[in-house]
Amino acid sequence: MKKTVSMTINGAPQSHEVEPRLLLVHYIREQAGLTGTHVGCDTSQCGACTVHLNGMAVKSCTLLAVQCEGAQVLTIEGLAKDGKLHPIQDAFWEKHGLQCGFCTPGMILSAHQMLQRNPRPTEAQIRHDLEGNLCRCTGYHNIVKAIQYAAEKMAGK
Amino acid sequence: MATARLLGASIKRREDPRFITGKGNYTDDLKLAGLTHAVFVRSPHANAKIRKIDTAKASKAPGVVAIFTGKDMTGVNSLPCGWLLPELKIPPHMPLASDAVHYVGDPVAIVIAESQSAASDAAEMVVVDWEVLPSVTNTEKAAAKGSQQIHEVAPTNEAFKWQIGDAAATEAAFKAAPVVVKKRIVNQRLVANAMEPRACVARYDDSTGDWTLWVTSQNPHVHRLLMTAFVLGIPEHKVRVIAPDVGGGFGSKIFLYNEETVCTWATKQIKRPIRWTSSRREAFQTDAHGRDHVTDAEVALSKDGKFLGLRVKTTANLGAYLSTFAPAVPTYLYATLLNGVYEWPAIHAEVTGVFTNTTPVDAYRGAGRPEACYLLERMVDAAAAALKMDPADIRKKNFIPKFSDGYQTKVALSYDSGNYLGAFDKLLGMLDYKKFRADQAAARAQGRLMGIGFSTYIEACSIAPSKVVGSLGAQAGLWESGKVQVHPTGKVSVFTGSHSHGQGHETTMAQIVADSLGIPMDDIEIVHGDTGRVPFGMGTYGSRSASVGGTAIVMSLDKIKEKGKKIAAHLLEANPKDMEYVNGQFVVKGSPQKAVPFAAVALTAYVPHNYPEGVEPGLEETSFYDPSNFCFPFGAHACVVEVDPDTGHVKILRYLAVDDVGNVINPMIVDGMVHGGIAQGVAQALWEEAVYDNASGQLVSGSMMDYTLPKADMLPFYETDRTETPTLVNPLGVKGAGETGTIASTPAVVNAVVDALSGLGVDHIDAMPLTPERVWKTAQAAKSRK
Repeated sequence: MKKTVSMTINGAPQSHEVEPRLLLVHYIREQAGLTGTHVGCDTSQCGACTVHLNGMAVKSCTLLAVQCEGAQVLTIEGLAKDGKLHPIQDAFWEKHGLQCGFCTPGMILSAHQMLQRNPRPTEAQIRHDLEGNLCRCTGYHNIVKAIQYAAEKMAGK
Repeated sequence: MATARLLGASIKRREDPRFITGKGNYTDDLKLAGLTHAVFVRSPHANAKIRKIDTAKASKAPGVVAIFTGKDMTGVNSLPCGWLLPELKIPPHMPLASDAVHYVGDPVAIVIAESQSAASDAAEMVVVDWEVLPSVTNTEKAAAKGSQQIHEVAPTNEAFKWQIGDAAATEAAFKAAPVVVKKRIVNQRLVANAMEPRACVARYDDSTGDWTLWVTSQNPHVHRLLMTAFVLGIPEHKVRVIAPDVGGGFGSKIFLYNEETVCTWATKQIKRPIRWTSSRREAFQTDAHGRDHVTDAEVALSKDGKFLGLRVKTTANLGAYLSTFAPAVPTYLYATLLNGVYEWPAIHAEVTGVFTNTTPVDAYRGAGRPEACYLLERMVDAAAAALKMDPADIRKKNFIPKFSDGYQTKVALSYDSGNYLGAFDKLLGMLDYKKFRADQAAARAQGRLMGIGFSTYIEACSIAPSKVVGSLGAQAGLWESGKVQVHPTGKVSVFTGSHSHGQGHETTMAQIVADSLGIPMDDIEIVHGDTGRVPFGMGTYGSRSASVGGTAIVMSLDKIKEKGKKIAAHLLEANPKDMEYVNGQFVVKGSPQKAVPFAAVALTAYVPHNYPEGVEPGLEETSFYDPSNFCFPFGAHACVVEVDPDTGHVKILRYLAVDDVGNVINPMIVDGMVHGGIAQGVAQALWEEAVYDNASGQLVSGSMMDYTLPKADMLPFYETDRTETPTLVNPLGVKGAGETGTIASTPAVVNAVVDALSGLGVDHIDAMPLTPERVWKTAQAAKSRK
């Protein structure tokens, strides 16, 4: 039996009839049509599906859509404001923190949460906090550099 | 007006804005009207006969559109093997198995439904009556007496026996040698794990009889050719294959797989588009695996450490079927690299390829070359240990001296240019090697186990000279196409047959074009990954895009400029022979005021009112470049580790790399590829392994929970530098950079761990990954021997 679920994604209200077993990530991709949030595994390891749910970075494959009734969701599509990149997006571009781009949305949203909690993380803290996000292209070198760069830029504001 | 050279500049990637804003266009993102969803029913058994497949109940499940089995696919052929060796045994590999399955994950039916969940539900209702047979997954046991025979065509499970080098000379070298070092070396099986799982969307247009297939492919034209000509028997020109944004490949997306073939066939049956996206579990089970060699290797030496001979016997596990390029990987991409960067009087290598009840094995980043490099660099260190020589000294003693005009190896290849000592000396300088050895001794005195490992590597890339590979069994040419289309406004579209799945072609290729034409990069579009737009192409693998694909573009640019000179000369009433092209203008030599801008020539070519006789209108050129040789990047890597004596845990303290990839187009992009390659090679040394349970034939490390992919906190920053020895093979002087890190890093790490344990009497560890358990057990065994 389908259920109606309503939430706000990137500031826009969404309401759909969904199967109760539908995962949030599939709701975002298939119902809301926002395909920047990716599915890279089936065991909640890769973090490509990371979004912000009510301000917290979560793996959207670990939640059912119906659990998110009334929630505020931020996906990668909602991060840039008025056509201006968020400093973390800019940092990933500037420091070549991506190659194939598939893990990138999840990486950026994890980094965003990381810097909210700890605006000046050490290298070790950055590496530790990226524990839930896998990248197969960069060897993490430039991802860590990008987050360091973003932290500096954001602290300078 | 002078323009800064764009070749050699770290220009930010033009493709990045779409990826960092969530606007990438990956296959699974595609939305089509009437889209259906496919799920494959797969074998849960490693080896079984199929008595019956009952789809009756599943067919009636809600939302099901169609279910097909192999018996429905009449007139469809086996998936082809694209590289043949003499007397190669080729078992049939049907897109859907009908009579028997040979590995866990082998597909037997496709269930197509209105939604993904409906397809999954119905797939569970398909009942297969299996007759389960004994299986064999172990590389060494496959061809042993009493092992289960897998295919009718291969009674001993041997697919081929192959050799290279001079057996007699090698035998003589070993007989005369005062020192022989012999080791067993296991290069374990890996799973590529590109972050984007494989996917396809197949659509048949009933009105035109055309197909479109969007697929996660590193080589869409190759996909189309193999699928249409060999398997489905449909006209090649009726199928358009598009590889849109692809989320990493590392080799695993080169091959023609069952799933896209079945979906392309099935879309015509149901007259609706079909989407299939692999789950990660399916990816572990069905993406072609990599490596999986067991080798006995011997080095013959003089007492002062000069190499006299190398003898190698390798068994290579090919898996259940021959994947697209499988036979080439453990032969021509492996044993031809066993010469390394050293002078050898004699080499002989024998390779036996075996079938097992495992996922097919094919190229994974480096493909054969990492296996060769690992073997050689491990043996070099073992040889140094046997002679109590410093591993740096034994390398220096045996390097091929600097050369720029070719070096003939003992295993068929002729290297282009090299300065191996130069790269190694640069590395030793970065490392402060003497100081390290002092630090190591001090640490040892405190009971701490520090170690350093070197890897001085070479690889063959820029794949490949067609005539050469043809004579070696390749069923395809390995040239590349490059088309340059100049629009009337002077804007340029470039069509390359190579494909970017993270490599940054849209930037690097545009740098080549902008540098050559002296026009802004914004005026240049790079088109790739679409058989409907690109004339033809062999795709991206083997570090070939810049060296082969880039050169094809350069050839077209040269033709454009030649034609442009004729048009400009006509406009200036000059002789075409007196024209030159400088900074975006056609100029009369010695008369810089007599010039026509590029865009003016472009417009004239399309509005040819005032135009030279005998010159065709339009400004568009296509070139096909077939390299005269491989290119041979090389370099020296070092890893510094500390091993915890109580737990066996390995910590990487430093990782250093000096690579020589020839000229560099975009240093930032090259560095990025080196970083990623190092991470994958380090991960092979320390963490990754596809583990099969021998009794059941199940892949037990078949998920990201069980298979250890490296995370950010497991790796350090890499200290990278370069030497630049341009190749003379192509006009860009570029060699290839996509695989160097993976090839070089695995032995550097293992050598470092062995070095750390050397004080305990350890001179070798025969298997990877070097998990804490394996390292601890090795250390304990060494201690108990003392």
